[in-house]
Parts: sequence; C-alpha cells; structure tokens
Amino acid sequence: MTGGLIELAWWELAIGGALVVALAVVTHLGRLGLARELLIAAARMVVQLAIIGLVLETLFAVSGLHWVALMAVVMLLLAGREVMSRQKRRMTGGWAFAIGTVSMFISAFAVSVFALVVVIGPSPWYTPQYAIPLLGMLLGNTMTGVALGMDRLTDSAWRQRQVIEGRLMLGMTWSQAIGDLRRDAMRSGMIPIINGMAAAGVVSLPGMMTGQILAGSPPALAVKYQVLVFLLIAVGTGFGTVAAVMAASRRLFDERERLRLDRIGGSPG
Amino acid sequence: MPGIADLPELPEPAKQRPSRGGDRLCLSGLGVGALRDVSLEVAPGEVVCVSGESGSGKSRLLRAIADLEPHEGEVTLGADRRRDFPAHCWRGWVMLVPAESSWWGDVVSEHFMEPAPDSFAAFDMPEASLDWQIERLSSGEKQRLAVLRALSHEPRALLLDEPTANLDPELARRVESWLRDYFRASSMPVIWVAHDRAQIERVADRHFEIREASPGVARLEEQS
Repeated sequence: MTGGLIELAWWELAIGGALVVALAVVTHLGRLGLARELLIAAARMVVQLAIIGLVLETLFAVSGLHWVALMAVVMLLLAGREVMSRQKRRMTGGWAFAIGTVSMFISAFAVSVFALVVVIGPSPWYTPQYAIPLLGMLLGNTMTGVALGMDRLTDSAWRQRQVIEGRLMLGMTWSQAIGDLRRDAMRSGMIPIINGMAAAGVVSLPGMMTGQILAGSPPALAVKYQVLVFLLIAVGTGFGTVAAVMAASRRLFDERERLRLDRIGGSPG
Repeated sequence: MPGIADLPELPEPAKQRPSRGGDRLCLSGLGVGALRDVSLEVAPGEVVCVSGESGSGKSRLLRAIADLEPHEGEVTLGADRRRDFPAHCWRGWVMLVPAESSWWGDVVSEHFMEPAPDSFAAFDMPEASLDWQIERLSSGEKQRLAVLRALSHEPRALLLDEPTANLDPELARRVESWLRDYFRASSMPVIWVAHDRAQIERVADRHFEIREASPGVARLEEQS
C-alpha cells in the first residue's frame, strides 16, 4: 500500500468542476435561484484551498517556530472573527471578539500544544505537518461550540430579561439569576461534538480518517489518530464553551449585579 | 431551575436582627432619566405614595432604589449604606415588587420562602395555592402572589409598583388595608406607586407626585 498514492492532475479536477457546472445549469433551469451562489462558493473554495496549499508548502519548507506560531495566531484571530460574526445579538465594544478569541486560546490552543508535546511527540514538537492540521481541526470545532454557546446565552438573556430581573429583585446573586440560561447555553455549545462522536463510524466516516486512508495509511493507524483527534476536539470544545459562556454571562452584569442588556447590540436585520 | 434551594443565605447583619423592620429608608440626591435630585426619608412603618403620569419615571425610580439600573445618588437603610453591601443583599432587604411579576418555576411554592402569617387569607388566596401551576394563574392571582412572595422573603423595606392594579375594587381595599396594618405592625418603610387618588388617600402617610419642572427635568413634589 505504501507509496501507492495516485497523483491527481489539474485537468482531472476540472472534471469535478464540470459536474458542478452541470448542477448549476440544472438548478438554474429549476429556478432554485442558487446557481450563482453555487458557482461562487465553488470558485471561492478552489481559490482559498489553493492559497492555503501554497502557504502550507512554504511553511513546511521553512518550518521555523516563529512562522508556525504566526500561522497559528492568524488562524486564531480568523476564528475569533468568525465567532463574532455568528452572533445574532453580539456584545458591544469588541467583547464578542475578545471573549471568543481568549476562550479559544485557552482551550483549542492549549489542547493542541499539549497533544503535540505529550501525546504525539513529533520532533521538534511544532513540526507544522502535525501542528497546523491539528490546530485547524480543534479551532474549527471549538469555534462552533463557542459561537453557539455565546449566541444562545445572549439571545436567551435578551428574551428572558423579566425573569432574570425578577430573580434579582428577590435578592438572588447575578450567578443564580442567570444560572439556568447559562447551563442551557453551555449544553447547546457541546451537543454537536457529542452527537458527532456518537455518530462517528456508524453514520459517517470522519473526514480526517478518510483522508489518511486515501493517502495510504493503514486503517488501524488512521483510526487511532481519529480517536485522538475526536477526544481532543471534545475537550477543546467543552472547555472553550464553558469559558466563553462564563465570561459572557459575567459581562452581562455590572459591578452592582445589574442586568446590562445595553451591552448587547440589537439583532442586525 | 433555581427554586428555594438556590436562594441566597440571609446576609449576616440581617440574621442578627430580631425583627426585620424598624429602619428608616433615606434617598439622597437620586437621579434617573428625567427625574432629578430625589431626596426623601421614609420613617419605619410609614407608607409614602408616589404618583405621576405614565412614562413620568415612577417605575424607574423604584428600580433605581433597588439598584437595578445605573443612576446617581445614594440610599441608606437604617445604618446600612447601600454601597457598603453587595447588590443582592441590598435587593433582599429593599425588595421591589414590579407591576408585572415574573415566574420561572412550574409551581408557585418554588418561588416562596415561609409565607407571612395570615397573609394568604388577607389576600383571598387559599394556602393550597402554593401548589398551583404557574401557567394556570390569572393576572390578578399573579399580582397578589407577587406581593405575598416578596413578604415571604422577609424584606426590611418594600417598593410596591401598583400592587392592586388588576384586582376588583372590593378586594383591592381589603388587601391595601391589610398591608397598611402589616407595615405599621412590622415598622417597615414602604414606597407605594399608585395612580388611584382614593387609594392614595386611604393608604398614604405622605403623597408625592412626579412633575415636570422644566423641559426634560422632572422632580418629586409633596402633595398635601
């Protein structure tokens, strides 16, 4: 099996592209109004992946710690921006970005470094072939959890203002007053990864494992890597979501434990 | 669901107090929204009524006293200055009963501490209503239960926002006269927002109205 990797030529990818064009024609004829979006999204995907391919080739060639770190920071900031843009009612004053980024830093980032140093142990530990894909998978999933958790928290606080203030009026602390909303928000951030693990291998073959098998690695090894990655993702998503929801819920109250919905922006559209 | 078990412990100074009332509620230089410079002393057992047109800031004044929104000024209760205590202690002492109450549990009793003696009968509610489902309460029942709930938490002062608005006149009279006696007996200072002149006549020791003093500025004026 080793060395049996089949090269893909660019013109072979064009065949796949032609099939997408065919799909676009069908959707156009069916008046789904999606043909444009479909083609644009496909084109974006090709360009973005081509660029990241070039970046990774360069990164693997130079392989210095500072370059890997720079790449990691850029990925982290982009993930933070994505978390912010997924909020229906986002916290004002850059707090949505700050809370999202910091909580991903202390979860996804820390877990990646831990896995590289303690578990996988490539040498040097920051070898980009391991570090960048691992961080990418962790950030991608943690980002989803953090964004869902924060969105759920701010939205439910907005809707249930009366209940929260009613509890404050009876002398409850801010933490007791928002406790059940906070638990719900944490739960909704962690459910996707729990469902993902439960369905793994039964309903879907995880993408990373599939890729590794396609690349010629023995399935047993691919499975081990996939298990490791799933566990890391669960840990990263869990801690990231908990941290983000805790920080965001504290930010909803001021130093006199007043509910401050003016710290959440209105719903854009 | 946070029910009774989640409620905060009574803060230390309150625990040592033999009775919950007996303190003077002092507002000094309070300002919120258009309302400026509210200074007012409510003696133990005294009921001060506040009236004003809708939108004049009556409810916001009560929210400011309970420290639920940012505002100017200081409030003291007896010897306790508000800023020396955590906000949740303060709200447990100076309890606001809003015009529209909120309920989060499934059953009434989840929101209650030990009910004040005889209070249910005075409000024409059976004691068994503690086991009622929240979603089956009428607006009048919710309003009465909201006041009873606040009394069961044993506050040291009360802020009432139109507590009898949804009750029929006869019941409203009965409730207000029981409350009056209760506040006297327990020496509890009370600020009571009302709009009905006759009710104000009946319950108030003093009556203040929120009036526009100049455009965008409102003040509290004593009525005789």
